[in-house]
Formats: sequence, C-alpha cells, structure tokens
Amino acid sequence: MTREEERIRADFPLLSKGKVIYLDNTATSQKPKKVIDDVAEFYRTLNSNPMRGLYDISIRATERVEEAREKTASFINARNSSEIVFTRNATEGLNLVAYTYGEERLSPGDEVLISIAEHHSNLLPWRLLCERKKAVLKYFECDENGVFSLEEFRNALSKKTKIVAMSAMSNVFGRENDITPFVKAAHECGAVFVADGAQSVPHVRTDVSESGVDFLAFSGHKMFAPMGIGVLYGKKELLEEMPPFLSGGEMIEYVHRDSERFSAPPYKFEAGTMNAGGAAGLLSALQYIDSVGFENIMKREEELSEYMLSGLVKIPHVKVLGSDEAREHHGIFTFTVDGVHPHDISEIMSSKNICIRAGHHCAQPLHEFLGVRSTARASLGYYNTKDDIDAFLKTLSEIRGVMGFMD
Amino acid sequence: MNTFYNEILTEHNVHPTHKHELSDADLTLEGVNPSCGDDIILSFKVSDGVITDGAFSGDGCAISQASCDMMLDLVIGKKVDEAKRLSEIFLRMIKGEVTDEEKEELEEAGVLSDISHMPARVKCAVLGWHTMEEMLSEK
Repeated sequence: MTREEERIRADFPLLSKGKVIYLDNTATSQKPKKVIDDVAEFYRTLNSNPMRGLYDISIRATERVEEAREKTASFINARNSSEIVFTRNATEGLNLVAYTYGEERLSPGDEVLISIAEHHSNLLPWRLLCERKKAVLKYFECDENGVFSLEEFRNALSKKTKIVAMSAMSNVFGRENDITPFVKAAHECGAVFVADGAQSVPHVRTDVSESGVDFLAFSGHKMFAPMGIGVLYGKKELLEEMPPFLSGGEMIEYVHRDSERFSAPPYKFEAGTMNAGGAAGLLSALQYIDSVGFENIMKREEELSEYMLSGLVKIPHVKVLGSDEAREHHGIFTFTVDGVHPHDISEIMSSKNICIRAGHHCAQPLHEFLGVRSTARASLGYYNTKDDIDAFLKTLSEIRGVMGFMD
Repeated sequence: MNTFYNEILTEHNVHPTHKHELSDADLTLEGVNPSCGDDIILSFKVSDGVITDGAFSGDGCAISQASCDMMLDLVIGKKVDEAKRLSEIFLRMIKGEVTDEEKEELEEAGVLSDISHMPARVKCAVLGWHTMEEMLSEK
C-alpha cells in the first residue's frame, strides 16, 4: 500500500482495520470517520425537532438542515436551494415524481419512455403509474456495450410522450450517459426528463442547470453519507405546480377543519419530522468530498479502473460487460466467468473477505435484453487500493480451478 | 484454495449424472428461487410407489445444481415415502438439527451440512428438495 493509500484509508474506520476488501461501492460507499462523528455530534448537541422549534437548539438544527440543502444545491449546480427536496433515497425521489407529477400529468393513452438499462427503482414506479393511468410504458434500447443512440431515442419519442426516465450512469455498465442532448430532445416533444443520478452524482460532475434536466434523484449513502438521506432535485416551477406526495406535519402553512394550505417547495414534499441527522451527515459527506477534491476522487477512480480492467482482460473465461475503455466504467465492472454461477463467484470471494455483488443488480430487464441470466459485479471506490484489486484478480483467476474445471 | 466447494460438490455441478431430458415423466415441477435466479425443472417416473427414474434441467449456482443431482442419486430406486423421509432429514440437516447417523443416510448429500452455517445459501441447497417434496405431496 502506498503512503497516499494509507492516508486515504485512515479516514474510513471500516477499512482501516485492514480485514475487509470492499468492492461493492455501487451498492453503498463506506463512511468517513468525519461523517460518522458529525452525525453523532448532531445527536449529542443539536438533537431537537427541526423546522418548527423556536428555541436555540431547534433553530441550530434547522440551520444545519438548510446548510445541507444549500451545499447540495451548489454540488449539482441547482439555481436555488428550494429545488432540493430531501428524501430517504433515490428510490423515494423517483416514486415521489411518479405519484405527484405523473399522477397529475398522465392521461389514458399517454406514453412514458424509459431505457432498458434502468434499475428497478426507475422502472417499477413508471410501470405502476402507467397501469393506474392506462398509459403506455415504452422502452428504448442500448447496444450490447450500453451505448444509447440519440437518433433511436428521438424515434422512440412521440407527441404522446409525457415523461422520459433514464439513468445518468448505468449501475451495470458503469457508463455515463451524456443526458444533455436527450433532455433537449425530450423537451422538444413536450416531455419532462427524469434522471436517476444514483450512480452518476457520486462519480462524475453533475450540473442540472447545464443539462436542463427536470428532475434528478440520488442517494446520500452511495457518496459517503449515511443511509436514509437522499435528494430529489426538481425545477422550481414544476415543484410549485405539483401536489404533495405525503401529507401531515411540517408541510403545511395552516390546517382548518375543512381546508389547508400547503407550504412552498421543498417543504411541501417533506412531510413529517425529517432525517435531520442524515442531512447533517450529507453535509459532512459533501464537505469531505470538497476536502479531498472531487477532481482527485475522479482521477483516482479512473486510475484504479485502468488497473482493474487491464487485469480482468488477462484472465481466461472472464467476460466484462460494457466498454473496452477503462475510463468509461467509473469503477463499475460487471462480469461473468464461463461455467461458474455468479453466486458461487461471490461465495468464493467472500471466503477471502472480498465483498462483491452477484445477481441481476436490480436490472433484470437489462439482463434479459443482454441474454445473460445473472452476473457478478466488482465496483471500486476512491479508497480502494491496487492491493485490493490484486487480491480480487488472484482469487478470480483461481475460481474455475476451485469449481472443478481442468483448464 | 481452501473453500466450501469440495470435489464431490464440484463434480456433481460440472458433470451432473441426472441433468438431462426425461421423456414420459409422470411428475414434473419447476422450482425457482426468485431472489437469486436459481431455476430447476424436476421430473420423476413413478411406478407402484417407487421412483424408477428422475432427471432435472435448469440453471443456477453450483450448490443448487449439485444438491439436486445428489438428491436424485439418493432417491432414484427408492419408494416415494422413503424419498419424503430422506428429504425431511436433509432439510433438518440444513438447519443443523441431525445426528451423524441420519447424515450418513443422505450419502453424498451429507457434504452440504456446512450450509447450516451459510444462511445466504440455504435457499440454493434446498431448492431441489423442496421441489421434490411439493411434487410428491401432490401425488
């Protein structure tokens, strides 16, 4: 391990003990000590119900939440922090849009267009919405490397398309989808564009003002923050028109026996006591990213990706899904080993303390489209080391032997 | 590399004896583990209460496939009631609740006893056995 790697890993308590080789960063990231401490500090010193209290610690808890909102807005270059709605995770953000905007906007016969590579969380809310509204769910496809053609996308759009939903980075291929021209094409048809940013926001620069995306959902826990805090970005004018998702406390201006007036966004969408400790953790995670430098994180992930892919291609019987170019993977490597089921790969890796994912990665329609039943996935984070990758590659190269193949 | 995957298990997975078509099967049932995608189709020929032949097809991890192949080794030629009795022992073994004598009755399938310490893989090991139980109880 290099001195730099030692310094990075010292920030992460779960990794610094040196036992676990964590290669499941697509599922969730490890948490820096600073984030864990800042969440604990929130509960030790500021714990009170935020947003309503008129006493000192509640005011300070509210300020912490609003600081997190401001910081998040600036991280994705939103024009205004009122466009940042706190949710539990990306899944909740996507459901929020389906149950509010979608429910109001769709009429029978309208179309929702989504990509075949979507995570189930950006697929099922739309399919169920279409069933409720007697609308039509349409898919547009990628090639076998996960590349989407703008021309095919345009052909799939129609005057009936009201909503387009697409991830800005696939959790299987690791490829970034440059959504900007897709957003423009959707707008030309009068549709709104909903982006799933769960994988993209932690790994590449996100600029909602430049892309023009209408909604963007992502999770804090994949970018060093605690589980249970997520973000839905929505354009101010859309959020203002939309009905609330959940109703109850914190989201109203007044309630009488027979009438009520909802708060303005984002509060209209944040019913009930919010996860203020989680918001404090998200703020801390974004500050951690600043302290390291997002450019440095991206650079390191690219270097590790180069090292990983150059090793993977040398192992016989291993096939990597997606691009031949390491920089297109953003640390995500989904693969198969001939004759060995992904669950067995994962089991053998686990016996060496190596954590990888096996299955369909919540993207079953994509696996059906690609004609593979299931796959294994190793995904890198900024704190992984070449030693981690070496250990993974060594075990991978021995797997067919362990499984009784005489290569 | 020292792993759970011993030679008996891998041999049944890579070179299964009973993974083939069975024409004129009397009983056929599909078993699926939706969470991991294991999938088997189990077929039996039964005559006078005796399982005279059996086969399976499908796709899944080594544990699910090898377990099913070992099960067929054990039950082909045995009476339906005996197969049910052995299945009950196997399912108890996976919970860590059998005697050494009972485990020996399972012959090679006894190598899967360590699954009792691997909660994530229990469903894989029992897929074939559950499918057989369900199929035989319908008869």
